[in-house]
Amino acid sequence: MNAPVTTIRTEAEQGLVDAFTAAAPSLPGGVAVTAARAAAFEAFSRTGLPHRRTEAWRYTDLRRFMRDAKPLAPFPNLDLAATAATAGFIAADLDFRRLVVVDGIFMPSLSDLSGLEEGLTIRSFGAVLGEDAPLLPDVLRDALPEYDPAMALNAALARDGVWISLAPGVAIERPLHLVFVSTGESPTSVFSRSRVTLGAGARLSLLETHEAADGVAHQVNAALGLLVGDAAELTHVKVTAEGDAVLHVGSLIASVGARAKISTCGFALRGAVVRNQMFVRLAGADTQAEISGVSLLGGRQHVDQSLLLSHAAPGGTSRETFKAVVDGTAHAAFQGKIAVEQAAQQTDARMMARALLLSEEAEAYCKPELEIFADDVQCGHGATVGTLDDQLKFYLMARGIPAKEAETLLIQAFVGEVLDGIAHEGLREALTAATVNWLEARA
Amino acid sequence: MAAVQETIDQVRRIDVEQYKYGFVTDVESEKAPKGLSEDIVRYISARKNEPEWMLEWRLEAFRRWQTMREPEWARVNYPPIDYQDLHYYSAPRKKPELASLDEVDPEILKTYEKLGIPLREQEILAGVVRPEGERRIAVDAVFDSVSVATTFQAELKAAGVIFMPISEALREHPELVRKYLGSVVPVSDNYFATLNSAVFSDGSFVYVPEGVRCPMELSTYFRINEKNTGQFERTLIIAGKGSYVSYLEGCTAPQRDENQLHAAVVELVAMDDAEIKYSTVQNWYPGNAEGVGGIYNFVTKRGDCRGARSKISWTQVETGSAITWKYPSCLLRGEGSSGEFYSIAISNGRQQVDSGTKMMHIGRNTTSRIVSKGISAGRSQNTYRGLVSAHRKAKGARNFTACDSLLIGDQCGAHTVPYMEAKNPTAVFEHEATTSKISEDVLFYCVQRGLSQEEAVGLVVNGFVKDVLQQLPMEFAVEAQKLISISLEGSVG
Repeated sequence: MNAPVTTIRTEAEQGLVDAFTAAAPSLPGGVAVTAARAAAFEAFSRTGLPHRRTEAWRYTDLRRFMRDAKPLAPFPNLDLAATAATAGFIAADLDFRRLVVVDGIFMPSLSDLSGLEEGLTIRSFGAVLGEDAPLLPDVLRDALPEYDPAMALNAALARDGVWISLAPGVAIERPLHLVFVSTGESPTSVFSRSRVTLGAGARLSLLETHEAADGVAHQVNAALGLLVGDAAELTHVKVTAEGDAVLHVGSLIASVGARAKISTCGFALRGAVVRNQMFVRLAGADTQAEISGVSLLGGRQHVDQSLLLSHAAPGGTSRETFKAVVDGTAHAAFQGKIAVEQAAQQTDARMMARALLLSEEAEAYCKPELEIFADDVQCGHGATVGTLDDQLKFYLMARGIPAKEAETLLIQAFVGEVLDGIAHEGLREALTAATVNWLEARA
Repeated sequence: MAAVQETIDQVRRIDVEQYKYGFVTDVESEKAPKGLSEDIVRYISARKNEPEWMLEWRLEAFRRWQTMREPEWARVNYPPIDYQDLHYYSAPRKKPELASLDEVDPEILKTYEKLGIPLREQEILAGVVRPEGERRIAVDAVFDSVSVATTFQAELKAAGVIFMPISEALREHPELVRKYLGSVVPVSDNYFATLNSAVFSDGSFVYVPEGVRCPMELSTYFRINEKNTGQFERTLIIAGKGSYVSYLEGCTAPQRDENQLHAAVVELVAMDDAEIKYSTVQNWYPGNAEGVGGIYNFVTKRGDCRGARSKISWTQVETGSAITWKYPSCLLRGEGSSGEFYSIAISNGRQQVDSGTKMMHIGRNTTSRIVSKGISAGRSQNTYRGLVSAHRKAKGARNFTACDSLLIGDQCGAHTVPYMEAKNPTAVFEHEATTSKISEDVLFYCVQRGLSQEEAVGLVVNGFVKDVLQQLPMEFAVEAQKLISISLEGSVG
């Protein structure tokens, strides 16, 4: 009954194998990094791209979305790279420290590295890898499932990104803005890896944006590691606003120390296929986490926000809120799991996932999951899928508000629940404005 | 907290002594030789005097099964099952045709007496201990691979209801069986259903004709007795237009050190305006405190709301089995049809439960409700896994799901894995789940008012599962309540 398994690769998988074979010798890294890359790729080539039967990727079938693998992005063309100066539109009016990554390469020349606050170090991730620093420290590896295909590919192929470190006790007022841009005029594969390390008691606010032009089918794989030290505080917002042909697979891996606070929000605005996966491990006791997501989808977009949140130590509190507004023939997916390990007594975790379907052909998939091994916990999750409440709409219309406007108000309120939680006022306003624009474009 | 430590210790002490149905009946039986092959399938079919088409059906299932792989997605761990090391057929040796119940082996009768299952109509009718006016239940008693007795057949027949072992139905009503068998759970539905299709031995067949309200509760009592056997029963219930039937199912098995396989298939078909209420109290032997022995319970249950405004309601109390893998589902095809799933799953010792439901909204204005309560104690793992989906044409589909888990002790796990898939914007799905331990505040409140700690826990647990217990027919509710206290004895008293 057990027939021998032969590996049949899809065109995309074969393309990735070829790309890795060709690129491996030139990728930065010492002996350890090179070995880790080879091991990661080996693991990937055994399993291939995730598909419908890969449970964690159930709703985002990469075999279907990736017909082929685009060639690896070359070193950025400096003329094109200059266009990156206008990227990061969301924070255009905000005085954030811009750190620009073009086609997966950190560009100090386009970044604002002047007057760095004391205790803040910003380097190229490639340079750090060149010193054979680990691709993924053990504490971050603990946050990941045993194997994740996107992370394996990223480990194998990422060349560069931003490496940020903040010394213990330092609080930085001016937020950092990681600007990721894919520039090539023909489709490329872009792999980047970045890391932010916060020493004990440090404080930082971080915005991450991803952009690319319409009509070019880039395949973006971006990973960001967050190491949050004891009693540190980190707020993070990620905006995906890439072109209408881009496939974006983003991974966030975070390890949070004792009494630390983390807040992260994934805001999916544009892009053909977006898979935004978050792996957060509350490693220290008494942590607080706020994890949220907003997906605004129309046309034929596919957005999958997924979360694996591990409560690994006692006394953690977490709140997860995910909202999706789905129009056109778009598909929204949410897969979220709260795992409470046996040590994590007195955990208090709440997860809410809601999808709003605005059109006949919109679809929403939702899988909120609880996995609990500790008994003294309060955990809950809720999920709803539905369309706009006619009664609420009627209420507004009865008060003289036109139907379309009433809808817009209701949707804005729906998304507002998440956006209101964003601490930085300017950024909150910018995201609210982006939501309003999206709603107006829809109407 | 001292109380918690005490509870844990008591939970650990829970042993098989608490399993009251672990005795073995000593009857001479005839068994098929061990192993599974086409010959065994032919043997089973021949023993049952089945028509030729049935044999072909089984053989096709067997061939399919050989090409399939055992599913691995459920959160259950068990050593590989050696499918060749089982007897696929075992029946108490008996005279060729039984004229009356008196000819049934007295040992078997005694078994059912011990289990508290009334097989003698006259006793039931005599009503010695039963109060006036209490409802009567017709029982089909399945012992290993065969049905040994079915009560009240005549009375039911007068009402037009067919209630008989499926093996008998295959001979007496082949056209009905042929029409509906496998129409809800197709032969190749899943690994265990396919295996069942090849080797199923007995089970109940119910046909309620148009407009008939079944005059009494129907029930089947499954008992695995023989060593090294698997039980593969098949139940088929058809409710004609506007009819109503309530069906109960109970199961027990002796205490044995080896694991035994139970892979059943239940198919329900509800026509226009029909209602089927299907209740299960599953109390297979769960294995001992160290996880030795116990039944592997891999069951496929599915109801098809084929007609408009039909309704299928599943209620289950799961306390037994070493492993439970069971997802009673509803295909809501008829316009305005509705499905319900009420479940209490209690796991203790080293039991593993992976259970839940699927509500597939296909027709317009279909509704479903899911209420699932999981209680894990000891070193058990208890998973709720459910799917609610709305087909593109399922306008106005509505679902409400609530699944709550309660943890007693810190060695156990409770998991919730719901899937929601909406392909229609007018579908409204709501899901809520909570997991917690019994709140100290609530316990304190009770204790302060003079209840002992254990009474207080018992009270809270009973309140926790009340929503589901209320859905059980009276006869079962009492049994279920007893079961819950047995299962949690030591931890809740």
